[in-house]
Amino acid sequence: MAAITADTGGRRFVDTVLRARELSILAALIVLVAVTTAVNSSFLSTQGVKDIFLNASILALLAVGQTMVVVTRNIDLSVGSVVGLVAFASGKFVAGHDRNVLLVLVVGMLIGAVCGLVNGVLVSFFKVPALVVTLGTLYVIQGLDYYWAHGQQINAADVPASLLDLGNGSVLGIPYLPLITVVVMVAVGYYLRAYPSGREFYAIGSNPDAARLAGIAIRKRILTAYVVSGVLAGLAGVLWLARFGTVVADAAHGWELKVVSAVVVGGVAIVGGLGSVYGAALGALLLTTIGSVLVVLKVNSFWQDAIAGALLLLAISVDRLLALRVTRALRKRNARHGA
Amino acid sequence: MSESPPILALKDVCKAFGAVRALQDVSLELWGGEIHALAGENGAGKSTLVKTLAGVHRPDEGQVLLDGRPVEFHGPGDAQQAGVAVIYQEPTLFPDLSVAENIFMGRQPRSKFGRIDRGALRAETAKLFERLGVALDPDRPARGLSIADQQIVEIAKAISRDARVLIMDEPTAALSGNEVARLFTVARTLQDQGCALLFISHRLEEIFDLCQRVTTLRDGRYISTELLDGLTADDLVQRMVGRELDTLYPKQETTIGAPVLKVSRLTREGVFTDVSFEVRSGEIVALAGLVGAGRSEVARAIFGIDRYDAGSVEVGTVELSGGSPTTAMSAGLALVPEDRRQQGLVMEGSIERNIGLTQLRSLRRGPVISRKVERDRAADWAIRLQLKYGRLSDVVGVLSGGNQQKVVLAKWLSTEPSVLIIDEPTRGIDVGTKSEVHRLLSELAGQGLAVLMISSDLPEVLGMADRVLVMHEGRLTAEIPRDEATEETVMAAATGQTRQEDVSGRASSGQRSAGSEATEVTKEDGALGAREPRSRQRAQGGRA
Repeated sequence: MAAITADTGGRRFVDTVLRARELSILAALIVLVAVTTAVNSSFLSTQGVKDIFLNASILALLAVGQTMVVVTRNIDLSVGSVVGLVAFASGKFVAGHDRNVLLVLVVGMLIGAVCGLVNGVLVSFFKVPALVVTLGTLYVIQGLDYYWAHGQQINAADVPASLLDLGNGSVLGIPYLPLITVVVMVAVGYYLRAYPSGREFYAIGSNPDAARLAGIAIRKRILTAYVVSGVLAGLAGVLWLARFGTVVADAAHGWELKVVSAVVVGGVAIVGGLGSVYGAALGALLLTTIGSVLVVLKVNSFWQDAIAGALLLLAISVDRLLALRVTRALRKRNARHGA
Repeated sequence: MSESPPILALKDVCKAFGAVRALQDVSLELWGGEIHALAGENGAGKSTLVKTLAGVHRPDEGQVLLDGRPVEFHGPGDAQQAGVAVIYQEPTLFPDLSVAENIFMGRQPRSKFGRIDRGALRAETAKLFERLGVALDPDRPARGLSIADQQIVEIAKAISRDARVLIMDEPTAALSGNEVARLFTVARTLQDQGCALLFISHRLEEIFDLCQRVTTLRDGRYISTELLDGLTADDLVQRMVGRELDTLYPKQETTIGAPVLKVSRLTREGVFTDVSFEVRSGEIVALAGLVGAGRSEVARAIFGIDRYDAGSVEVGTVELSGGSPTTAMSAGLALVPEDRRQQGLVMEGSIERNIGLTQLRSLRRGPVISRKVERDRAADWAIRLQLKYGRLSDVVGVLSGGNQQKVVLAKWLSTEPSVLIIDEPTRGIDVGTKSEVHRLLSELAGQGLAVLMISSDLPEVLGMADRVLVMHEGRLTAEIPRDEATEETVMAAATGQTRQEDVSGRASSGQRSAGSEATEVTKEDGALGAREPRSRQRAQGGRA
């Protein structure tokens, strides 16, 4: 019986470590906000907070989609260019017409879905490494977008008021954007945790060979992950248009790395199998907040990328360290209580 | 034979991987209510056959028959649907998921709206573990489980499927005697329920104990299928090997010299405590004990892979600083690890590359490595160890287990060590090559090498060692000279039943721990029960 209590102890330790990740991001956020507010009290104004949440929403949305892909031990680098393409495409779609907002959303997500499908098929059926495939589609989609835009831009004046309202309006004082993100995050998070097929994403990332032997439909799941990531990137593209109104061809340029950073900072293991969408979304919030803090503290915005990079390295080092610790803790329990 | 067709069968199956013909015209019939053994040396095609039955491989020629009708399994999922469950030789777990999720992946108990019913998941897993008589927490992640526990989870996974056909590919390799007994009980229950079982093991006595019929493979070819009743272990070995074997343990007489390796009071917290011993030149010292007793961990600490908290290691007159395999190597230590695939070899690398790996400096001609010197050196060792290979540029992964082990040995022997630590020298190696490895070890000792051999194979320990050290739960509990070493004395010490007066030699930890040991025996009665000597079963096997 001693073995059982020891095992429980081991599990508790592991649980604590996993939960600690989300908690430590929260703690970092609180410290960051507290310090900044102490320096500049206007930071915590209603408008300030609202801005942070609005800015974080799109990044968090992308991070949720990216999480599904990364958990299966893959990566989607094309999301940034999909956002740019969809933002521009839906701008073209609505310009001068009074389109229904839902229709615009559907069109945007369809475009995203097609991009995701291409990635997914190449990765899962043709077994091309995800890094190469999505790097390729990143440039192809970007190229298409630039070619199409040809230096034009979408102006807020062309975008119907109903769509702009989606990006800047609110219900009961809560802006739509974070609301949409939270709904998507909770839905995806719940699916991944509570449904058998959701767990299979983790299984695939944790040990692909074992997943094959367990009869898991690996290709289908990886395809799904990419399509979800694409659809969410499409949604993010429409929201981008709704939020900013003015869109040039290279909207969200370079965001893929921001998204990946957010996901990794949020505790999703880059080698798959571990992490939650909640952590990823928190990671997005943290990165966005740092961006705002730098503005408030009048730090040159060039530093933002460097800080995001440093945070990424820190997150990965902490992950590695914790993984070693956890493994050792579990082993120790084994050694003490036989086999 | 019964009227109904066999549940699962293979008919004239051929399967080739590139130029290697893994299976040629192999047939096999698995009948309900029967436990069928599959015997053959490593590389005979057993695992390929298992994977064909499991739907991992599709046969190039021939058929898989389910209830007498040809079927085509397009993947492991199809075979599972058809009621085939497999315990694979190497555990296939998801380290990040909980033990319970590992067992029920894809078949989790559902509650409303198709969600996973976590309560039921945990309860059913606990029930399975109870049936297998093990205390594992269903909620702990699979990461960090010992090999034995991983194997238990594999077994639980397979029996939870309520399959009609259960295939067990070396399920017992890492298990203790009690766990093996439990597994056999479960297997016999399934047999009584009319399931068809296929059992693979290198331990012939287990085959005789559990199975009714045996099919033998040799070099991918079907040799025979016959009833085990009336068959002797020697008959079976002969069918597997195709020739008579020489004596199994060709131990040479050697002159034992001065101590070369001195380990004193080595302690690594939570893993092993106060371990002291010496190994002299020309001597083979076995480190025996049950899986998880901390033997491999001691070896790793000596070699500097893991740090230790207290104690010292001396090689010759040099005291090692610890924590540095490079220093250990230059002091004359060599370590052949337990897990060839993970720790001993670069599986994708060629034979010559692998052998040269420990000697990269001496292979240099100017700043670059000379392929020619590398090749010549490898060829030399291949001849000395009688390695069976196609070309030296072949990938190590295609060799059989025994030949892989020889490559690891060559790699380490080429460093010209004075002490060789070898962990489970013949695990997963077929009978034929096993005795070659033993002969080799014996020769090396004859040439003055000090050998520390960690082994769970009792006949091997008794047959090879000049002295047997026994570990139990992280402590050295006995030191037994060759002529006093028997299965009883070794197993008693390994299970912690040694009393102070029984400890012969200078096992320094024996005295200190004897008192606490006695209380542990009563306190952890259950756990000790689970560590019942494997020797009893072994003793029944004809050959051992």
